[in-house]
Amino acid sequence: MTDTTPLMVLAVFLASAVRYSMPLLVGTLGETVTERSGHLNLGVEGMMLMGGAAGFVTAIRTDSLVLSLLAAMGGAIAGALFYAVLTVTFRANQVVTGLALTLFGAGVANTVGKGAVHASTPPHIQAFFAWQPLRPDLSAIESVPVLGPAAVFLRTVLLEYNIYVYMAVLLAVVLSLLLHRTRLGLHLRVVGENPASADASGIRVAATRYGAILVGGALCGLAGLYLPLVHNGTWVENITGGRGWIVVALVIFVRWSPLRAMLGALLFGALEIIGFKLQGFPQLAGNPLFSQYIIGMYPYIITVIVLVANSARKKGGWRGPGALGLPYFREER
Amino acid sequence: MGGPVPSAECPAIEMAGICKSFGHVRANHNVGFSVRSGEIHALLGENGSGKSTLMNILSGIYLPDAGSVAVRGRHVAFRSPRDAIAIGIGMVHQHFKLVESMTAMENIVAGTGRGLRLDRQQARERIRAFSRRFEMGLDPDKRVHDMSVGEKQTVEILKVLYRGADILVLDEPTAVLTPQEIGRLFGILRLMRQEGHSVIFISHKLNEVMSLCDRVTVLRRGETVGTVAVADCTTSRLVEMMVGRVVDLSIDRPRVQSSGLCLSVRNLSVRDEEGIRKLDDVSFDLHHGEILGVAGLAGSGQKELCETIAGLQAAEGGRIAFHGNDILGRSPRDIIRLGISMSFIPEDRLGMGLVAGMDIADNVMLKDYAFRPGLFLDRTAARKKAREIVSRLSIDTPGIFHPVRKLSGGNIQKVILGREIDLNPKLLITAYAVRGLDIHSSYTIYRLLNDQKVKGVAVLYIGEDLDVLLELCDRILVLFNGRVTGIVDARSSTKERIGLMMTGETPRAEGWQVPLPVPPLPASNACPVADRLLSPDSDRTMPAGPDGKGGGPC
Repeated sequence: MTDTTPLMVLAVFLASAVRYSMPLLVGTLGETVTERSGHLNLGVEGMMLMGGAAGFVTAIRTDSLVLSLLAAMGGAIAGALFYAVLTVTFRANQVVTGLALTLFGAGVANTVGKGAVHASTPPHIQAFFAWQPLRPDLSAIESVPVLGPAAVFLRTVLLEYNIYVYMAVLLAVVLSLLLHRTRLGLHLRVVGENPASADASGIRVAATRYGAILVGGALCGLAGLYLPLVHNGTWVENITGGRGWIVVALVIFVRWSPLRAMLGALLFGALEIIGFKLQGFPQLAGNPLFSQYIIGMYPYIITVIVLVANSARKKGGWRGPGALGLPYFREER
Repeated sequence: MGGPVPSAECPAIEMAGICKSFGHVRANHNVGFSVRSGEIHALLGENGSGKSTLMNILSGIYLPDAGSVAVRGRHVAFRSPRDAIAIGIGMVHQHFKLVESMTAMENIVAGTGRGLRLDRQQARERIRAFSRRFEMGLDPDKRVHDMSVGEKQTVEILKVLYRGADILVLDEPTAVLTPQEIGRLFGILRLMRQEGHSVIFISHKLNEVMSLCDRVTVLRRGETVGTVAVADCTTSRLVEMMVGRVVDLSIDRPRVQSSGLCLSVRNLSVRDEEGIRKLDDVSFDLHHGEILGVAGLAGSGQKELCETIAGLQAAEGGRIAFHGNDILGRSPRDIIRLGISMSFIPEDRLGMGLVAGMDIADNVMLKDYAFRPGLFLDRTAARKKAREIVSRLSIDTPGIFHPVRKLSGGNIQKVILGREIDLNPKLLITAYAVRGLDIHSSYTIYRLLNDQKVKGVAVLYIGEDLDVLLELCDRILVLFNGRVTGIVDARSSTKERIGLMMTGETPRAEGWQVPLPVPPLPASNACPVADRLLSPDSDRTMPAGPDGKGGGPC
């Protein structure tokens, strides 16, 4: 059994798509929570960078994974708090504030991360993320015809991941249940659909929005931390490379659903890899359609198509949180 | 007032010395208001009299500048709607505060209970129990956007009851309901009174107040005029308290010699951009010197009818002829040039027709500038015209350079109507012209429309209040789901019949003529057969036509 059979090429491709999709998935879950409260936070890129820098620098300074995770969440929450104060309390324009947060976050993160450019992830944290907790030992059946390759295929696609991947999938399921099956989720959705209705129903609109924005920020921080700590193993300036923007597009693409976020992130993750993989084919290199820059554009094209399809929906269909992007004044008629 | 111990004698609500100002505007000044348990108490007053402010204070949305609120003898100070809900005060807002994409149950349950767990089954059962108790017939799992206006209101009321409120505030609850739905609502409210709940009922419609309520408190210019028992009161006395002087409440309906056919609509069908049919085979005639009313539930195609005639919406099929010329497919500007004016007052009053941030003079100029020669705008003429409109319609404004947005609703509507009338239209389409207006402003508008009618203008009046439609219009066209369920003579029709037609019932009762078929175009002039069929007691002089056997072509 080698990695060169077509089946295994596919398996390895899918597995790396899953790995590439992780920061996208976690970021999308965070932004979904935020947007469900009716706030459009375009600062995902900034928050991911802030979380990533804070978490990675903490990791190499303290050698502690727990502190690193807390710092990543804390760094991104600081950015989210800045956004929440301006947009919820002072009702500033959400788009402008989000864009400001992106620029601000990048500046802060690149400054903080400067000292960590040549550092690499501490070995025991590396080891922790190399650990594949669900990987079964298949040596007994590996050589059995048909069954063996099938088992190896499934293991490569489903079970050879680090704990971050499984936690992210679990998080998507939990968030989906929270959103649709619990009182908290109902309140969050009412606030995002119609804050005046929420207010009249006795739901604390501002508190709910603060909560959603900060939780969303924390998740963006964890998404940002994955890149230097697990994916690259070191800090690079602007390490997110536009993934924050893909997240913003993904939230719309998956229509604010945590479960669909898994599929959407996988698709966009796969597109990211295709860009790299195609570079290995010189016969395609000359074709501008397959240039990695053009392929990097596909997620946005897909999102635009989904956006158009979404707004062409028949009446009664759900087009996202009703109050998305709108500030709420109680005393306004 | 009252000791700290609640007793049976204590009024459910006692508000005293309430003051609230917004900037320099005194919305409430030393207002006193008291409601007993187990009564339906009306709160009456013109626009800007401070009713809404007072109720917003009672439901925790505004903080009063001064004064005290006591509920069942206990002093309270609300900081948010949560506090008011907690003590048992629930408000049913005029514009429903519901999440359209969610079910009745989700809307009702949101904001109640504690903890993470949401027991849908239990909530459903509780809602059903309430629904049975007050004979509401609500399906907890129906989505709000699939509901009629009446059902939505039921959800709002249930939402309040579900929270354990025994003091209900209803802000103009009947404004958008059919007579049948109003009857149902009153049944529900009377059941609540029987159970000892207090209901505060805000309305402009005096006949409703007289038939439903026990006592009335009247506000005028932010102050309490007085509280009276309905039993020892008359409608005209209430109006006098509201307005401050005696007002004649009858609406004039001059009989005008028709000078011919103005507008003919035949088999008009319109779909909206989502492909949903909004008008379905609509046919009618409108004559000069006539007010044709259009009745129908909200969203029955009124907006599409106005917009199609005004050239703002494309039709799928059919014809619209103005003085015999086909106008379907012409540009709005052409249509204005022909002498067709439209004023549509949307629910938020500002959405269409005026530019909110611009002043009165600029808004007056909006429709007229295009027909003037030259590159530059003639502001002097526009200002002169704006001054004329302001004085003729007695618009209450600091000046013609005041942004329209800052005017009160009635004055905004007068600006729109004034501008349209100033263009000397031959056909005036006006939709919801008195939406949200008080008695005084409404009557000014009715007078303006009657003046136009007497001048020979054909008026298409899209209205909400059936009493007004029946008193003001000559004929009434009833729409249901984009179809004409009938055109009736306003002088001989009743509210109940029109109410039934608004819900899709085709009239079959004695003395009723189904107005279709309308003769096909071209009709050189008024169609005598159809006319006589439609308005049997109309005194409009008509040429003797062939004996109408089922109304063939003229």
